[in-house]
Amino acid sequence: MDALDVARWQFGVTTVYHFLFVPLTIGLSVLVAILQTMWHRTGNERYLKLTKFYGKLFLINFAMGVVTGIVQEFQFGMNWSDYSRFVGDIFGAPLAIEALVAFFLESTFIGLWIFGWDRLPKRLHLAAIWAAAIGTNLSAYFILAANSFMQNPVGFRINPESGRAELTDFVAVLTNKVALVTFPHTLAGSFLVAGSLMVTVGLWHVMRNRDSADTGAYRFATKLGSWVVLISSALVILTGDIQGKIMTEVQPMKMAAAEGLYTTESPASFSVLTVGSLDGSREIFALKIPYLLSFLGTGDPNGTVQGINDLQAQYASQYGPGNYAPIIPVTYWSFRFMIGFGLAAAAIALLVLWSQRKGRTPTSKWLLRAGLVMPVLPLLANSFGWIFTEMGRQPWIVFGEMLTRDGVSRSVSLTEVLTSFTAFTLIYAVLAVVEFKLLVRYARAGVPDVTPQTDDDDTDDAERPLAFAY
Amino acid sequence: MELTTVWFLLVAVLFTGYFILEGFDFGVGMLLPVLGRDDRQRRVLINTIGPVWDGNEVWLITAGGAMFAAFPEWYATLFSGFYLPLLLILLALIARGVAFEYRHKRPEASWKRRWDQAIFWGSAIPAVLWGVAFANIFRGVPLDADHEYVGGLLDLLNPYALLGGLTTLGLFLTHGAVFLALKTTGDIRERAGALAVKLGVGTAVAAVAFLSWSLTIRSSAAAVVLAVGAALALLGGLAAAKVRREGWAFTGTAVAIALAVATLFAALFPNVMPSTLDAAGTLTATNAASTPYTLKIMTWVAVIFTPIVLAYQGWTYWVFRRRIGVQNIPQH
Repeated sequence: MDALDVARWQFGVTTVYHFLFVPLTIGLSVLVAILQTMWHRTGNERYLKLTKFYGKLFLINFAMGVVTGIVQEFQFGMNWSDYSRFVGDIFGAPLAIEALVAFFLESTFIGLWIFGWDRLPKRLHLAAIWAAAIGTNLSAYFILAANSFMQNPVGFRINPESGRAELTDFVAVLTNKVALVTFPHTLAGSFLVAGSLMVTVGLWHVMRNRDSADTGAYRFATKLGSWVVLISSALVILTGDIQGKIMTEVQPMKMAAAEGLYTTESPASFSVLTVGSLDGSREIFALKIPYLLSFLGTGDPNGTVQGINDLQAQYASQYGPGNYAPIIPVTYWSFRFMIGFGLAAAAIALLVLWSQRKGRTPTSKWLLRAGLVMPVLPLLANSFGWIFTEMGRQPWIVFGEMLTRDGVSRSVSLTEVLTSFTAFTLIYAVLAVVEFKLLVRYARAGVPDVTPQTDDDDTDDAERPLAFAY
Repeated sequence: MELTTVWFLLVAVLFTGYFILEGFDFGVGMLLPVLGRDDRQRRVLINTIGPVWDGNEVWLITAGGAMFAAFPEWYATLFSGFYLPLLLILLALIARGVAFEYRHKRPEASWKRRWDQAIFWGSAIPAVLWGVAFANIFRGVPLDADHEYVGGLLDLLNPYALLGGLTTLGLFLTHGAVFLALKTTGDIRERAGALAVKLGVGTAVAAVAFLSWSLTIRSSAAAVVLAVGAALALLGGLAAAKVRREGWAFTGTAVAIALAVATLFAALFPNVMPSTLDAAGTLTATNAASTPYTLKIMTWVAVIFTPIVLAYQGWTYWVFRRRIGVQNIPQH
């Protein structure tokens, strides 16, 4: 074990952890904004209750996303300083713009929204949650544009004197085709999580809390969440399909690794299940659907999909001797888990909708259980999606331009990385438990009472309690 | 003006903004156990910064991002070189940020006590370490010809840097106390104002010593003027606090922080991270910078968006301008 391994593990752990909170922030910010808009439009208290209820869950999660996000930005400099030196001219810009354009918007307006219930006119208060939601969603674009440069570097040249990558076309970086398709894919994946949480909480109250006066509100949330899950899963599939084709073109090794396809095939078949040798270098048993991989990768059932061994030979002659294949079992399984868990969430959403058709109240114990695990499924799908796309790029940190092992900080010792890895893992583990328990506590508590307090207009403004206080 | 100079200024401005804004909310966090005698009072303190602390922290993220974009070499050397102090700052900011949001989520006293500790340490640790870090940047650290940091943790804990840490600690405490006097009513306001004056006197001594020491390391005419201005602003702020002109007191401590940071950056220019070893290791605004093309794009983005951000962030402070006191804290 050396500093490189630990730095990689740290990046993996902190990034996957960060992305447990991000999808909920992205999706729920918009869903809460929609609920508040409905209240604003109709004046129906049910939507106000739901806004406050899901808003609370949103904020418990939001705090975690914010604090774990700071680590992400600093980590590049701390553990990956040679990477930062190499790509800083290109990679730093989207990060800085993300902070200036998106994070300020998000953080300032979320503060206004949390504390502004009685301080702002209703319309402005509604605008605040929308501004925060837009900031959140916008931030995803910039960070994904930065990540897409690592997958498919564009708009740059290598300075022969310094050996560093230099920006030549910023528009090309922002309109990188990988970024353009990854953005909607990631957003749809995020709404999958947010919709699922909405269903879980709503369904639990519909089934467990039958006599509640707020059953109508919970039923509405359950349905809204289910539709969000179904629509976003359709979008995930659609964008994922385009992604597959782009990946086949710009990162053929990743596509081959996703499929465990060792030799180039035309037509190529899609592996439903492949059992490989332990080191992942050859297959032992495989169940395959003919033509499907060619179709997914190229749009043509007879198209050629390059295999790992051929690509390895090609890269070795292009970049010099070395192993240019990622760890195949990791890419192969993470790819399948991503798809599988995502589809499972969509299937449950369908069941939930069916169980409530024509005003019925679901009673099945199994449905309730399935509903309870529902948000975990798209969360896992998101995590595996990231593991797949980042591990599938290996051994490169910037595809074709810099190897991961050359990006690590030279001045940072193994002890230092181990210290930070241990510290982050510990604090993250503790906070995960705390956060989960709080979410459950507040989800169980149900929608709040929103009857306005006896508004004594004689009370001096300075004496009145705050509408919300920490 | 050269774009590298523009970005040197912008990074300086972003860190200055960060220290002024998060400076007072670090101060509030550290004063929590001192000025908050019971849970209701502690909630008053926390709620003075409740709507704004997150936006304040984004100044740091933006400063870090701007450094990465405009001076990648500086970002890379600084963050990998000051590894353990930065790690501590990050851990502190994590605990503190979550604490604000989670503290009131459960009624148990033990739960609140734990988050109060997270707020206190999460504010105190960065308040000291930012001073240590910036003093070291200013003083110079061992960098080899490749701009890699070759010192250890102990190199960062030299007496000058520790005095820098003490200075930021004092400045943020005073700034926080003055802010609380400005934003609260009743008993807390009285005690915060009185404490601000006491803290301020000690801070003034530390700050004058630190800035004088700094100017013996490197100096320029502008830096001397700025340092004198910082001292005067601090003294002016304290005088205003003494006569309970809280708005002026806050302006005084804010200007003092701004001018103290400006002193360091002014004397540092054109270096951004001097090396105490090989002169070739010194990072400057030129050799650490991105290409003119990147700087040009970033300049446009900054020119367009910075005024917008300042406008809506300023507006937020206006919306929450009202003082609060224990009578404003709801039961739950």
